[in-house]
Amino acid sequence: MKNLSRDSRHHVTFRLNGVTVEGFSEPRMLLSDFLRHEVGATGTHVGCEHGVCGACTILIDGTASRSCLMLAVQADGAEIDTIEGLANADGSFGILQQAFHENFALQCGFCTPGILMSLSEFLQDNPDPSVDEIKVALSGNVCRCTSYHEIINACIDAAAALRTSKAEAR
Amino acid sequence: MTKFAMPEEIREGDTHVGRRMLRVEDRSLLRGEGQFVDDVPVKKGTLHAAFLRSPHGHAEIINIDTSRAEEMPGVFAVLTGREVAEQTNPMIVGFENPIDYYGMAVDKVRYVGEPVVAVAAVDRYRAEDALDLIEVTYNVLRAAVDPVEACEPEAPLIHPRADSNCVSKRNFVHGEPDKAFAEADRTTELTIRYPRNSITPMETYAVLSEPNAETGGFDVLSNFQGPFSVHTVMALALRIRTASLRHRSPKNSGGSFGSKLVIFPYIVVLCVLARKARRPVKWIEDRLEHLSASSVAPNRVTRVEAAYGNDGIVTGLRLTHWDDHGAYLRAPMPAPIYRMHGVSTNGYDIRNLAVTNHIVMTNKCPTGAVRGFGGPQLYFAVERMMHKIATELGIDPLELMRRNMVRADQFPYKAIAGALLDSGDYLRTIDETVTEGGLDALKKRRDEARAQGKLYGIGYAACVEPSQSNMGYISTLKTGLERERAGPKDGAVASVTVSVDALGSVNVIGDSVPQGQGHQTALSQIVADQLGLDPEEIVVSLDTDTSKDGWSIAAGNYSCRFAPASASAAHQAAFRVREKMARIAATRLNVPPGDVEFSGGRIHAANNPENAIPFYRVGGLAHWSPSSLPDDVEPGIRETAMWNAPELTPTTANDEINTSLAYGFGFDFCGVEIDRDTGVVRVDHYVSAHDCGTILNPGLAEGQIRGSWASAWGATFIEEFCYDDDGTFRSGSFAEYLVPTATELPDFQIVHPTPHPSPYTRLGAKGIAEGNQYTTPVCVANAVADALGIEDVQLPLKPAKVLRWIGGAEPPPSKGIQTNAPAQRNPSAIEVSGQMEVPAPPQEVWDLLLDPDRMARLIPGCERLVKTGDDRFNGTVMLGVGPVKGRFDVNIELAELDAPRRTTLTGTADGPLGSSRGQGSFVIEDSAAGSTVAYDVSVELSGKVAAVGGRMIKGAARQLIDRFMRALVRQAGGGGQAAPARHRSGFLAWLMRLVGGGR
Amino acid sequence: MKPAPFDYIRPDSVDEAIGVLGEYGDDARVIAGGQSLLPMLNMRLVRPEVLIDISRLDELKQLEKTGSGVRIGAGVTQGALAIWVGLEPDLPLIARALPNVGHFQTRNRGTVCGSICHADPSSELPLCLALLEGEVELRSDRGARRVPASDFQQGVLNTAREADELATNVVFPAASNGAAYAFDEFNHRHGDFAVVAVAARSEGARISLAVGGVADRPEVRHWTGLEGSAIDDALNDLAWELGGNDDIHATAQYRRQLVRHLGRKVIEETAR
Ligand SMILES: Cc1cc2nc3c(=O)[nH]c(=O)nc-3n(C[C@@H](O)[C@H](O)[C@H](O)COP(=O)(O)OP(=O)(O)OC[C@H]3O[C@@H](n4cnc5c(N)ncnc54)[C@H](O)[C@@H]3O)c2cc1C
Ligand code: FES
Ligand code: FES
Repeated sequence: MKNLSRDSRHHVTFRLNGVTVEGFSEPRMLLSDFLRHEVGATGTHVGCEHGVCGACTILIDGTASRSCLMLAVQADGAEIDTIEGLANADGSFGILQQAFHENFALQCGFCTPGILMSLSEFLQDNPDPSVDEIKVALSGNVCRCTSYHEIINACIDAAAALRTSKAEAR
Repeated sequence: MTKFAMPEEIREGDTHVGRRMLRVEDRSLLRGEGQFVDDVPVKKGTLHAAFLRSPHGHAEIINIDTSRAEEMPGVFAVLTGREVAEQTNPMIVGFENPIDYYGMAVDKVRYVGEPVVAVAAVDRYRAEDALDLIEVTYNVLRAAVDPVEACEPEAPLIHPRADSNCVSKRNFVHGEPDKAFAEADRTTELTIRYPRNSITPMETYAVLSEPNAETGGFDVLSNFQGPFSVHTVMALALRIRTASLRHRSPKNSGGSFGSKLVIFPYIVVLCVLARKARRPVKWIEDRLEHLSASSVAPNRVTRVEAAYGNDGIVTGLRLTHWDDHGAYLRAPMPAPIYRMHGVSTNGYDIRNLAVTNHIVMTNKCPTGAVRGFGGPQLYFAVERMMHKIATELGIDPLELMRRNMVRADQFPYKAIAGALLDSGDYLRTIDETVTEGGLDALKKRRDEARAQGKLYGIGYAACVEPSQSNMGYISTLKTGLERERAGPKDGAVASVTVSVDALGSVNVIGDSVPQGQGHQTALSQIVADQLGLDPEEIVVSLDTDTSKDGWSIAAGNYSCRFAPASASAAHQAAFRVREKMARIAATRLNVPPGDVEFSGGRIHAANNPENAIPFYRVGGLAHWSPSSLPDDVEPGIRETAMWNAPELTPTTANDEINTSLAYGFGFDFCGVEIDRDTGVVRVDHYVSAHDCGTILNPGLAEGQIRGSWASAWGATFIEEFCYDDDGTFRSGSFAEYLVPTATELPDFQIVHPTPHPSPYTRLGAKGIAEGNQYTTPVCVANAVADALGIEDVQLPLKPAKVLRWIGGAEPPPSKGIQTNAPAQRNPSAIEVSGQMEVPAPPQEVWDLLLDPDRMARLIPGCERLVKTGDDRFNGTVMLGVGPVKGRFDVNIELAELDAPRRTTLTGTADGPLGSSRGQGSFVIEDSAAGSTVAYDVSVELSGKVAAVGGRMIKGAARQLIDRFMRALVRQAGGGGQAAPARHRSGFLAWLMRLVGGGR
Repeated sequence: MKPAPFDYIRPDSVDEAIGVLGEYGDDARVIAGGQSLLPMLNMRLVRPEVLIDISRLDELKQLEKTGSGVRIGAGVTQGALAIWVGLEPDLPLIARALPNVGHFQTRNRGTVCGSICHADPSSELPLCLALLEGEVELRSDRGARRVPASDFQQGVLNTAREADELATNVVFPAASNGAAYAFDEFNHRHGDFAVVAVAARSEGARISLAVGGVADRPEVRHWTGLEGSAIDDALNDLAWELGGNDDIHATAQYRRQLVRHLGRKVIEETAR
């Protein structure tokens, strides 16, 4: 049984985009704060801290989750992916990033990290989604700059590019 | 799977301007490498701030006890509003007024969410812990909430130095409106209540402030958006030289939509807090703070009257506005209403106009800029009126609009209130939109739908889209005499600096403070065209630093300033660089400077491209070899343009003002279908067109149109900040203040009409980012009016409201059905009445209710209950439902006691979860079982739980009563029968709020 | 918006979890998916002394069809249920309702049991549990018990669970062959808590309807042999009986209208 007292900071470690990171956290510290301010991974953004806006969405063990609705101590030992890990090995844009770029799917970019991570999981599970499916998948992410149409277009392009790249890999 | 329409390139020749160039900004943002305020590394030892905020709409502060917070480890400073008032000057606005505003509450709180105490601690978690230790005692006052009622003499006065909550009233007369109304064939009127909303950027306010011993001032980093005219306001408030207030903004800002203008009062407070803490202090506003206390667009009541002929020509317009600015005015408020003054007649050739502006204070969050800035409110009134006149005359609304539009041959057109409409062909834009957008097909669709008995309507709306505000327009609020005394205000300076270094690399810096609009990209296109380079070769930096950059008071990102002003400044600066480089190159190429051209990274003779010198070489000469330069050419290459337009003149003696520099034109139409059973309005077809002159980058421009459409859809359908009559705030979380998500937004069609470039901007570009804010709400409202045949259409179009408009009485229940439907007297109160059987005689119940010791045992969660005087009780109770609970300080007073029969009660309960006040009566009578307790109570709850838990509050209160009742019956009746499962509880709800506890 | 301090305990077994829950009782809060608890913690609406994290307990992750129905452990997320092969055949009603429970990101962590323990009056899963007459299994140091849905949810955020009890499973009776199910809800945006949610089941002449978002908990009614306008009358009476509240999202009257309208819709759907 793990019993962590409120009065001290506890060691937390996980793999972030394939690299082991660590830090110290009180039990109450949110994972979003830990990522941004302890680990220094500021690519993940915080827009509401009550689960609605989706800006803080990251992949935890491969599934998209709100990092503002998780404690850092709960992530100990997890496999976490964030926007910082989306680019190709050579630093060039990955497929999803490229599609966002080409479709003007971001303006201020504050919502973008959460949307990219949400769509990473979504496209994994839905290689050929319909517009309506994309809309429902996006409903948990708020963007106030775009009309989402740009993002939907990007998602359609990314899905197609992913299918092609998978076919080529085969 | 079809994608939504994509923007196309609009280019003349091989310019970069007009190209759908992909965004430079994406390179960092898409990699998670943006730099927002909270991403910027801070010094070790930087503290974090949190604010204790008012749970009340209007209350006197009786006492603030911060002693426990100050003693808490990790807390470095605790600051009250009174201290801020001692150390700063009130923040000025553009006219003399009776409001002392310090950014924090002094003596009184005036809206829910107003900062009362600020704490700086080692981290945000601890800062919030400290807030829990602060005790504030309030005397709650009656609130003023409705802007029209707030102007009445009997309304509670919000600012003691004022004679009325209407702090400014101005009448404007342009032309001869009275005559027009007297002579018109017909007149008509309509009253609009435009709601409160905002566009709630995804990144909230963020400020980092640090005292600077060297300057005696402060270094501040924040996501402030401008206008930088308020830099002066901050420095004056802080009693420091403007030069000692160094403000920086980082590279990225997570949206603003106007909202981040009024971050400045927080900057002032954070400076004072940092000075007290002697450390840098950072404050990241949280979402609850943002929704309750950052900034909103003023809600407005407008009575619009029109005089018109039987031919449909509108000859006169009267607008009476009550603009609700909430609790304080913060510069440049009350700007929105004045920013639109010059275009009060929209795009119509109406020559007689009367405008009355009431600037009203209420107990709500103070206002600020919101995309559209006064336009949505104004155009809603004007365009609804055009629709109404058409209906009255039986003319097609679009035909009526067309008859009144300014015609192409009238440009530049001086509107009666002073706007100089620069260019356009409104009728042509409408024709093109109607054709491309398929209006005829839409009309057919409507007729078919109606034939099937459906509720279907078509709406239209047009708007003049102002861009680049005249910095002088706010002076229109003053009388001519006052203006004369203060001296003229006009213009709007934009600054861009272009420099070329010794290897020919080009740097651009500017004052446009973008929040995602892609300014870096657009500026690189503009400069590249001038210098014959590829935009990729140009580095644009738009983070700002008031100590180093070129900037003037108009700097910032608002009112569609970029395309007309910043773009012009960039063009001008680049043009100067080009001229200078041409002169240097000309000496090498042996041609006159006028015959030199720039392309492909080379500078060459116009008639002989072979006669060329590389661009970088000229850069090198300017830096490495000053002696080789022509005599009158300064070394180095760095040109700062401070661009201004002469058309932005001051307000005239008769109150005419050219409020903006360039005016685009927007025209929308739509078809909506309304579900009879649910009242849901579905946008079936929507078409939007914007003539904004030259388009710099269609990808960026269309992004602005789409983004504006999305937020306008939100304002039309779901977004509203809700307040109760007592000032209680109800829209405190993103589950209460609803904003559009991908599933709700319908598709819409963008039409690109023939552009009419502005003659007054260097590239002919006009703003485009606000158009749908103006048109969409009223376009949809006109369609709803058309579908339902009603006049009174008020936003947002929540289905419950629309269903009421559809009409039809609710079917009554069958006989004998016991209903739980509330019959509310005060809709904001938890109001209940009923009766309970208690198995004990009245005297016993009476004694029990008046015995604090027994009550304390009886009430679950009661930690303490004592009699503090005759019929007065004070206690501490843990109150709540399920896991949600908190400690409340409870005060009860009984009156009109008639033992053991009846009493009335008043009481309060205050705690971190909220504050509640209630009153009621209860009557005890003999009954077969023992006694009947009849109760009738009303409780109002404000503060955190009211703001975020609205959906469940009433149910939660009922539940508390239920538990209390059971306990009462158990205690009084010695374990007798339990309380009936269903009772309409009221008094007990209140009593439970006051003295009864959760589990 | 940061939580007040608390201790964090991650037990290694259900027995341990029950042990600490027994020790701390009302001072402790169980955290399962955290999708309701964390927002409340962040807003400091909830201030437990101790948080007991059951999200990693493999013992609680079973999801199986048993004699009494589909038994879902307290560690099973809504997302895991959504992709369970038995969902459509055995729990067709949940298959309809589940996509409306928040968003896929919240379903990835939010648990089925957690939603039922949270007892929001507008929630979909408690509504389904009520309609299907399922049960909640509770365990404490004092022993185990099964509580029928109708007794479990008692009001706003309020259940029959005692402070020392852990909900270990919920049991949804599996669909019977002759029955038809339908679900619908109204909200302003996809994924929001419903303004009104309704679920219907009909088998032969018997119709059952559950309504959420109007009263303080889901309410279920059964009718036999109702047809035509009698359905409307019954729904109207039910609407009035439940009453409803005004809030900023809808009026009580509008909620009653939705009971009539959506009620009719789902009942008709089950008749098809
Ligand atoms: C943006 C958003 C939208 C949402 N929309 C909806 C919606 O439309 N419909 C809906 O129904 N829900 C919605 N939810 C809430 C839903 O996602 C939660 O998953 C669910 O209500 C709680 O499940 P959980 O596992 O996350 O529980 P937690 O948050 O961990 O716990 C909730 C409560 O139940 C208690 N609890 C949990 N498990 C147990 C147990 N095994 N034994 C004893 N007590 C326990 C906890 O102590 C706590 O009080 C939404 C949430 C978010 C963030
Ligand atoms: S910050 Fe986590 S969902 Fe908004
Ligand atoms: S790009 Fe600004 S919020 Fe989405």
